[in-house]
Amino acid sequence: MTWIAKPQFHHPELPRNALGFTRRDYEGRVSTLCAGCGHDSISAAIVQAAFELDLEPHRLAKLSGIGCSSKTPDYFLGASHGFNTVHGRMPSVLTGANLANRDLIYLGVSGDGDSASIGLGQFAHAIRRGVNMTYIVENNGVYGLTKGQFSATADRGSKSKRGVENHDSPIDLVALALQLGASYVGRSFSGDKSQLVPLIKGAILHHGSAFIDVISPCVAFNNHAGSTKSFDYVREHNEAVNRLDVILGRAPIAADYEPGSTTTVQLHDGGVLTLRKLATDYDPSDRNRAMAYLQERQSAGEIVTGLLYVDPAPRDLHGALHTTKVPLNRLGSAELTPGSTALAEINAGLR
Amino acid sequence: MSVGVSTAADQPLALVNDFVVKFANVNGSGSASANSLFARSILRMGVPVAARNIFPSNIQGLPTWYEVRVSEAGWLGRRGGVDLMVAMNPQTWDRDVAEIAPGGYLFYDSTRPIPASKFRTDITVLGAPLTQIANATYTEARQRQLFKNIIYVGVLSYLLGMDPAVIEQLLSEEFASKPKLIPANFEALHLGRDWAAQNLEPIGLQVRPADAVGDRIFVEGNNAAALGAVYGGATVCAWYPITPSTSLAEAFTDYCQRFRVDPETGDANFAIVQGEDEIASIGIVVGAGWNGARAFTCTSGPGVSLMQEFIGLSYFAEIPAVIFDVQRGGPSTGMPTRTQQSDLLLAAYASHGDTKHPMLLPMDPGECFEFGALAFDLADRLQTTIFVMLDLDIGMNEWLTKPFEWDDSRTLDRGKVMTAEMLEAGADFGRYKDVDGDGVPYRTYPGTHPSKGAYFTRGTSRDPYARYSEEGAVYGANMRRLLAKFETARSLMPRPVTTLASQPTTLGVIYYGSTAPAMDEARAILETEGLHLDAMRIRAFPFQDEVYDFIAARARVFVVEQNRDAQLKTLLVTEGQIDPARLTPVLHFEGAPITARFIVEEISALLSEAVREAAE
Repeated sequence: MTWIAKPQFHHPELPRNALGFTRRDYEGRVSTLCAGCGHDSISAAIVQAAFELDLEPHRLAKLSGIGCSSKTPDYFLGASHGFNTVHGRMPSVLTGANLANRDLIYLGVSGDGDSASIGLGQFAHAIRRGVNMTYIVENNGVYGLTKGQFSATADRGSKSKRGVENHDSPIDLVALALQLGASYVGRSFSGDKSQLVPLIKGAILHHGSAFIDVISPCVAFNNHAGSTKSFDYVREHNEAVNRLDVILGRAPIAADYEPGSTTTVQLHDGGVLTLRKLATDYDPSDRNRAMAYLQERQSAGEIVTGLLYVDPAPRDLHGALHTTKVPLNRLGSAELTPGSTALAEINAGLR
Repeated sequence: MSVGVSTAADQPLALVNDFVVKFANVNGSGSASANSLFARSILRMGVPVAARNIFPSNIQGLPTWYEVRVSEAGWLGRRGGVDLMVAMNPQTWDRDVAEIAPGGYLFYDSTRPIPASKFRTDITVLGAPLTQIANATYTEARQRQLFKNIIYVGVLSYLLGMDPAVIEQLLSEEFASKPKLIPANFEALHLGRDWAAQNLEPIGLQVRPADAVGDRIFVEGNNAAALGAVYGGATVCAWYPITPSTSLAEAFTDYCQRFRVDPETGDANFAIVQGEDEIASIGIVVGAGWNGARAFTCTSGPGVSLMQEFIGLSYFAEIPAVIFDVQRGGPSTGMPTRTQQSDLLLAAYASHGDTKHPMLLPMDPGECFEFGALAFDLADRLQTTIFVMLDLDIGMNEWLTKPFEWDDSRTLDRGKVMTAEMLEAGADFGRYKDVDGDGVPYRTYPGTHPSKGAYFTRGTSRDPYARYSEEGAVYGANMRRLLAKFETARSLMPRPVTTLASQPTTLGVIYYGSTAPAMDEARAILETEGLHLDAMRIRAFPFQDEVYDFIAARARVFVVEQNRDAQLKTLLVTEGQIDPARLTPVLHFEGAPITARFIVEEISALLSEAVREAAE
């Protein structure tokens, strides 16, 4: 067998969430990624987010493309259906899955090669359509599985492990997502779990296309001096504009914030997103100003992180299509087949 | 201006309810609806017609033709040849005039003089000053253009002895929602008829009321296939515009709006997405199929080329999908508005690695409906991509076809789906495990059960429990199971239709799809010449044994198809281990639908060649 069996024992005193699940219940198979890979931290953050949100694991579907990042859905949420699709085409498959059953939560996991190169078109169009999903790009600026070629998010002037300089302009997926109409946009760093977990939780609760760009250093091929996606570089240049707290609808609001230091976003299920401001002049409800701010700070060499934009009342693809509330995959002949009487009328109209 | 008739022909054709009229027009001039009115009027008189558009990949200004086969005997293919040419396009005048059969008729707009050298002496020439009549009656340019078309229908109705009441009835039905237009159209019709009655005589081609249409309907294959998808329970359609398949998605949209929207809430029991390309379209279909909805895309050859990788994923990860491939002239962009049957090999073996895909081969809109619905049951039962192979001729032309039928007791056959109850009862779920020997495993829909039945779908090799595996034996066993599944497909596909000749013969002919009506007529003509052919119409791939038995039992078998490379023959030879010399290809691939006369000439020539060779 080419997969690694995971020991089944549980620590008896592992904490349980409101549904009685432990974190172990949200884990998957043993990761086959390199030791220290940023992607494993993101998988752990997804596990933590699902645990804290009290999600029923089987009510989530996880989809990915091809590449190191796209292997990860096997390593979390083992009780969820997963789909490792084809390179760069996860967004269309996720779109179709979402159309078939609007009641599940859809998590798309992709990489910078998968989403910014071969899959840039599909990334753009899934966002444009407002597919209700959480779309995470595990962004390391490099092709890992084929051993170290630059990806389209590599910064101009950054150096590969072999010392080759990248001459091409980088694609900024956050800027694209904002321009294309994503209704929830964040950026984070795989090394900052306290920032990443609430961002994922907020994205899952968001009822529209939520995109998170997570800088996730590749320890094997892009963690050297001269790289702009290394652990050291990202830590030095990370500028968080805010800190997010996600408060579920049923939980009493316990946090105590200084007046004027926060902005809140009400969620449709009664929950609240509370943003503690770090950059006082940053307004995540203004798409145009967010885009301008990001451009300015990026030119200054900063990697801006946090919840960068959120639309509190998005309309998703089902809303645009007026799809019935019942998942389409549950409809049968009675709802779908007009029957012989209708057919006789059609025949009469064709004579 | 010249007016009237010049009859130089020694023997003008005299044919009742059995002739071919061809209209030569400029596209974008509004001629299509007038020409369709002409064809439908004959149909309403009880005489079968077959009408075909031969049109350019263009919106306005290029030549377009509309050919109407009038046949009380019921031949619905193209016959070949033209008995009456309605020459309304100066650009194509010379070739249009040249195409008329000796003794045939030319009808043209005589407003502007045309030199005598531009006519032939062995045909009857009929001129009517259509532009002059229209300009004298109408002031607005578009009206002049549109009503000129109705005026020529009026003239033709007089020349051919058609019943004007039938045409008026059709006009009334067509404009039922815009009744103001009805009197104006009547007026134009009678302008033409009255002018003709004063200046011309009825010609040798005549339409006489008959009772040969029965309860048949007149409909495009794309429309019928879309309706089949509605009845087959398709809920998700993702598509990208491409001629000649676009009208399939549009018809599906119209039927869904009509039958699948809750009148009170406006909620839709369907989701239609225009993808950003064909790759996204098939991706959406695969995602929806994976998640338990019936989904399809419709496209043409270039789209199928783009979809290859996903089709391989559907094959290997075993995800139901339906692709309607409305074939057109290839390769590359080819002839986008011309017909061919040239995607057979592309579809049968689509994608890299060892793959094979079932195909349905409808012969007319009636079968487009039937197979359109069946494809979704097959896709679910076989958990793979099912191709429905239309072509432009079936898809975009109105065909006279049997009325659609539906058995109300029929339900959607979802195939092997493991439910929460089965999992709860302790069923062993292995996503790629063959539990009963037919090669088809059980699947679960995402979200079925809180702790059982989840699995990870991938395009990589895996074991029967969907766990990633690079073991050769595990991979090999899975690939052999997929072959076993293909055997199951063979047993589920529609069987071929065999029609024996009226006399015992050692000759056979195999054909499929839109070739069928021309073949029917060709065999009848060959029989009158003493050449008898047993015929087999193939309706699906993989082929059943009776196809190979048919070939084995005959000394010589012709395979008639509309492509250059004898693609069906290649499939038969490859899949049936048949000696290629036993199959003689008869190939028609220049873009217009195959004609009965072409088949007759080709097969006659091949047989006389064989006789000559035997004598030498």
